[in-house]
Amino acid sequence: MATQLPEPIIEQTYYLNMGPQHPSTHGVLRLFLKLDGEYIIEADPIIGYGHRGHEKMAESHLYEQFLPNASRMDYLSGLIFNHGYVAAIEKMAGIEVPPRAEYIRVICAELNRISSHLLWFGTYIMDLGGFTPFLYAFDDREIILDILDRVTGSRLTYSYCRVGGVAKDVDDEFIAATRGFIQRLRSRWEDYHNLVTKNVIFIHRTKGVGVINREIALRFGCSGPVLRAAGVVYDIRRVEPYSVYPDLQFEIPTGTAGDAFDRYMVRLQEIEQSLRIIEQALERLPEGPIRGRAPRNVRPPRGDSYFAVEAARGALGFYIVSDGTRYPYRLKVRAPSFGNLQVLTEMLPGTLVADTISILGSIDIVVPEIDR
Amino acid sequence: MSFDDFREELRKVVDPAAIRASDHGIKGYSLEVTARSDQVGRIARAARDTDLFLEAISGVDFTDCFQVVYFFNGFGAGSRVQVRVKVNKGESLPTISTVYDAALWHEREVFDLFGIAFDNHPNLRRLLLPEDADFHPLRKDFGRVHAVRSTDEIYGDPTA
Amino acid sequence: MWHWLVTVLGPDVVRLAVSLVAIIALVQVNALFLVWLERKVAGHIQLRLGPMEVGPHGILQTLVDGIKLVSKELITPRHVDRKLFVLAPIVVFLPVVSSFIVIPFSEHLQIRDLNVGVLLIFAFSTFNVLAILMGGWAANNKYSLLGAIRSVAQSVAYEIPLLLVVLNVLLWTGSFQMSAIVEAQSGRWNAVWMPFAALIYLICATAETNRAPFDIPEAESELVAGFHTEYSGMRFALFFLAEYSNMLIVAAVATTLFFGGWKSPPFLGFLPVPGVLWFFSKTYALVFGVVWVRWTFPRLRFDQLMNFSWKVMIPASLIHLVVYAGIIKLIR
Repeated sequence: MATQLPEPIIEQTYYLNMGPQHPSTHGVLRLFLKLDGEYIIEADPIIGYGHRGHEKMAESHLYEQFLPNASRMDYLSGLIFNHGYVAAIEKMAGIEVPPRAEYIRVICAELNRISSHLLWFGTYIMDLGGFTPFLYAFDDREIILDILDRVTGSRLTYSYCRVGGVAKDVDDEFIAATRGFIQRLRSRWEDYHNLVTKNVIFIHRTKGVGVINREIALRFGCSGPVLRAAGVVYDIRRVEPYSVYPDLQFEIPTGTAGDAFDRYMVRLQEIEQSLRIIEQALERLPEGPIRGRAPRNVRPPRGDSYFAVEAARGALGFYIVSDGTRYPYRLKVRAPSFGNLQVLTEMLPGTLVADTISILGSIDIVVPEIDR
Repeated sequence: MSFDDFREELRKVVDPAAIRASDHGIKGYSLEVTARSDQVGRIARAARDTDLFLEAISGVDFTDCFQVVYFFNGFGAGSRVQVRVKVNKGESLPTISTVYDAALWHEREVFDLFGIAFDNHPNLRRLLLPEDADFHPLRKDFGRVHAVRSTDEIYGDPTA
Repeated sequence: MWHWLVTVLGPDVVRLAVSLVAIIALVQVNALFLVWLERKVAGHIQLRLGPMEVGPHGILQTLVDGIKLVSKELITPRHVDRKLFVLAPIVVFLPVVSSFIVIPFSEHLQIRDLNVGVLLIFAFSTFNVLAILMGGWAANNKYSLLGAIRSVAQSVAYEIPLLLVVLNVLLWTGSFQMSAIVEAQSGRWNAVWMPFAALIYLICATAETNRAPFDIPEAESELVAGFHTEYSGMRFALFFLAEYSNMLIVAAVATTLFFGGWKSPPFLGFLPVPGVLWFFSKTYALVFGVVWVRWTFPRLRFDQLMNFSWKVMIPASLIHLVVYAGIIKLIR
């Protein structure tokens, strides 16, 4: 847009509210945009519509009572939030978890990661206008939900992990169903790649769109696939390994350009790596108890501690300040989407409104975990 | 700079006794720094030069003061740094949003939930609560909490 | 009684009245069928069944939906431009229905064989743009306005290659009359020796009817519902009806101009199939193609859409016109 005058004489901009009720902002997010025709001049994400006060609730609940809250913060990777919260307490209190429970936790966490990425895949393409891959992805996701339903009792908001282990043991049917699922998903890659990855329109909508490079990611504290697509190999499962991840072989997919297409490819490759992890964990699943020795109401020692896990969206952190009683003194949850969403204030100015959907979708946020 | 240079830089900014190494496997951070509010800006700039990113800013409410906890982390293993700053009730902290854009939202959240103001923050308004709310929910005098403690009870010497 | 009517009003008037009623009936039944077809095709592409409850395989679903829409309250929001708001659905629907007057359904089934038939159809199709702009502006809503503006820009851009490509057919036929165009294809269909023209026509037609991948004006996931966000009840039904009738008319025109109209393919001329049946099967095959494309591809971004038209389609159709004008000159 060439300017012939040094400063504008008449400024004809208008304000557009995208959300909070909008088909494409996943969760209740309000984007306050200042537009000049179709170009965005300023973007201000307004959040807080889903603030439920989880951190305040933690201060008046026992550690065990807070467990259901953990998975409701990011309902799409609920098991990983479960796992992270429980592991944070165990690390602080020095509680040992038997190996069978660790392997079961890892298998369920990776299944959860796959289901979260599949949902992201379906909804991202749907936002761009292609309605069909959504149903294909959900068809696969149903199988995961059924598998997890059998063992945890719920399909979306799980409270499966307990301090010291897991709640219920897995049986042979779980193992057979998971193996069947791995084979089925691997056979679907061709469909997904033919339908979406090689689609000319999709490539035009995502290549070069919303470039987040290493420097921007550092300034905003991005993590997860957003950071990995920028070329940084940072995955908490490798850098600060927890549970049995040190014993498992998997790669960390990265991108080069940091645009929406790279983020898309990174997530698809992560699904494949998660399948590998599940296979290995199923091979090595040992016999044994599923709950270690833990007091009925755990009492971590005084002090504070920070524990990080790799959720589906990035680096999830639990900061617990304990006063030695059965109730936490302060529980802070560092949600991955918190850092990732802020990038929009930098990314959106200068782009078209239609690109907003593409960029927002490719960052993959879940607003309730930002709001807590 | 490298992480060791960062440690050296910290020693110049803060009293060396306020820097403690901790076991990353137990605590989750390898360096623990107790700083004053005027030292925060220099620490943040040193962290930026070491290629660390701002992971989280959290507030904690005690009987005697507020405590604001900063977490910086790098892309290598074992590089998380915790910086704890005690703030008296009613005082404010300088902002580090000029160094880290991520601080814009983290500081707004601390302001929203605790009422701790940040000087020179370009846009200090509420983040999670409605704009016209007149309370700060995570303070211990709001709603239901189990206990209110002083900093000594958590961080002090247990034998004292 | 018919005898009395014919003698009083004159045979022409009665014929016109009957055919208009037949056309409106055709448009409504077509919409009924087409919406069901789209939902079924969408369902099967997406590994599900589509409507199954109402009637055998859900065939009465559209009828029931229509009854629902008719019975809804006609809400007129407070700050809309009343006259335009009420007028827009009418302006979008009437011209499309009127375009059917010149379509040759078979050798003898054509309401009026005007000698400017093609011109009439394309003149009426531009009303679509006007109606969308009226609807988007009248609704007093930023989303609707954005949708309407995009639609106007898109329609203008894609109208040009459409007309350029139709010129090829007209050059060959030498007449604007629809029946003459069909007659000129007795030996060979136009699509056989002008395949690019047919392709360009079909792409531009999809863009003119605001169907995916060109459905930015009504992009559900970006602008809620685009230019018809504020319409409800029967007004929305009219927009909806107009879109599906537009699809049919565009396919019917494509059949007539490029695919031989009501004539059977040259090598199947011995089959005792009436022309009407050929016409409708070709038309609905094209409509099926349009529906198929909608559920397969994502949406183009608006500037990519415009670039595609101005930088690819228009040069292509200009070159096509020049080349084929030369070829036709040589043949004659």
